[in-house]
Amino acid sequence: MTSPRPSTFLANAVRSGARSAVDVLEEHLAIIESGDGEVHAFNLVTVDLAREQAIAVDRTVHAGEDPGPLAGVPVALKDNLCTRGVPTTCSSHILEGWRPPYDATVVDRLHRAGAVMVGKTNMDEFAMGSSTESSAFGPTRNPHDTSRVPGGSSGGSAAAVAAGFVPLALGSDTGGSIRQPAALCGVVGMKPTYGTVSRYGLVAFASSLDQIGPFATTVADAALLFDVIGGHDPCDSTSLNRPTPRVLSVLDDGVAGLTVGLLTEFLDGADPDVVARTREAADALAAAGARVEEVSVPEVVLGLSAYYLIAPGEASSNLARYDGVRYGLRVDAADTVAMNRATRSAGFGAEVKRRIMLGTYVLSAGYMDAYYNQALRVRTKIIEGFATAYRRCDVLLGPTTPTTAFPVGAKTGDPLTMYLSDVCTIPTNLAGHPAVSVPFGTGDDGLPVGVQVLGPALSEGTILKVAAVVEAAAPPLAAPVLAVGGRA
Amino acid sequence: MAEPGRLTRDEVAHVADLARLELTEDELELFTGQLAEVLDHAADVASLDLTGVAPTAHAMAVSNVLRPDEVRPALDRDEVLGQAPSVEDHRFRVPRILGDAP
Repeated sequence: MTSPRPSTFLANAVRSGARSAVDVLEEHLAIIESGDGEVHAFNLVTVDLAREQAIAVDRTVHAGEDPGPLAGVPVALKDNLCTRGVPTTCSSHILEGWRPPYDATVVDRLHRAGAVMVGKTNMDEFAMGSSTESSAFGPTRNPHDTSRVPGGSSGGSAAAVAAGFVPLALGSDTGGSIRQPAALCGVVGMKPTYGTVSRYGLVAFASSLDQIGPFATTVADAALLFDVIGGHDPCDSTSLNRPTPRVLSVLDDGVAGLTVGLLTEFLDGADPDVVARTREAADALAAAGARVEEVSVPEVVLGLSAYYLIAPGEASSNLARYDGVRYGLRVDAADTVAMNRATRSAGFGAEVKRRIMLGTYVLSAGYMDAYYNQALRVRTKIIEGFATAYRRCDVLLGPTTPTTAFPVGAKTGDPLTMYLSDVCTIPTNLAGHPAVSVPFGTGDDGLPVGVQVLGPALSEGTILKVAAVVEAAAPPLAAPVLAVGGRA
Repeated sequence: MAEPGRLTRDEVAHVADLARLELTEDELELFTGQLAEVLDHAADVASLDLTGVAPTAHAMAVSNVLRPDEVRPALDRDEVLGQAPSVEDHRFRVPRILGDAP
């Protein structure tokens, strides 16, 4: 029971000289060229820079040196990860054209591992959304059915991996923004423990919840990417200064002797077909030697409300920096306050404005205790609820999302309904824990279903080896078929 | 704990002002309804009795993060200023701050 390792296979071919990084890159650029008109996974494909990087990788190989474990592997980056000299927009007009003066730590680590960056992927504006429809540059489509959303906010990264544009991509997950689109697009996505991956150079949304993590086609590839990007970084003061779990080496250890808790609160609100797939995944774990039992963590049902008080509160503070002074858009006006107002009103989209106002409201005098501080106490209760469950169980299992991918436009008029699609992913962020979504079959509509494995802090090795067993038992998922050369 | 009343249009206008956002009449109308709905949903949290429960601002809190006080390279000044909408004498230039606008 070994999780397939396509990126390791690709990197080893480049390291040995059997394939050139340039050849690997050109093959992927051709797939992007033919398919991304239909999907719109990318805000920007950095063709020239990618070619320079691939040539440098090949030169390293020819010099008899090792470019690293991701030698020549094309990687896509969510467009909220800073890339020096390369536009980083957060899919917002307010940052259009901004070229950061530095690289995010994860970008630097990818480069050192020999990866080739092919571009920046579309997202909900400032990562606020669950469908990639709040992007200022138009929605991304789900490669499995282009009338459906890819999920969000990292919908571009999920779609890029699902469509075969890249084998690996990075996203960020504040309330489910890696796991939810991974589930809807039929790929693997992990939100690591808070503090295990540096946030230096990740444009901030809600700083106590944001975490960068991997997208891949297999559990082993996600583990490989996590091993490359993880580890302490002095540039991020919330980075954990302790050993980050190395996960690739424990991936094939199996689940014999582990206790898996089937989280009943996550099953309650999910569609019957999604529940059925989740139970089948649980059966597969039992067949592989795990002890499976149903577990209740009643506090998690409060997660959604707490999140929509805490995250907008933090966002309203973080997004105060977009004032038209130091970078990005400026709309001129007679005095500075009028310029700030004109710039922010023109530069932010509706969802970002809603969250800034919600956050400003819940932090304002008279309401802070009733809403924000109360939500922080609920956060404590959720952490305690998980702690109780993890005294009995090694991991928890549930659906990643209550439904499969919904039609484009179905929820854009009703923010609360949109927010509900993150109900199963949010509690993990509030607790700071890791969780991974792994594809497991399809719903009644033929679209991918994701099953989520949750664990306590720093249990990445355990949740990934459980995910590897789920992956091995999953029914094969048909590859998306895009109209070659099609332009939406 | 007393639960706040339903969000009003005037409150939304006030909050937009605090957040330095200008809303059209249509946006004000739309956002008032949508934000009130989100806050209604949050009533499950606002109405709980959590007396004695400590708040958690950070799930994986770390403290006293220090580094040696050493001179290290900073960002390139010209590269940083090159991204600003308006610059004068190596500084960010803004419209007037004090007094009446011309």
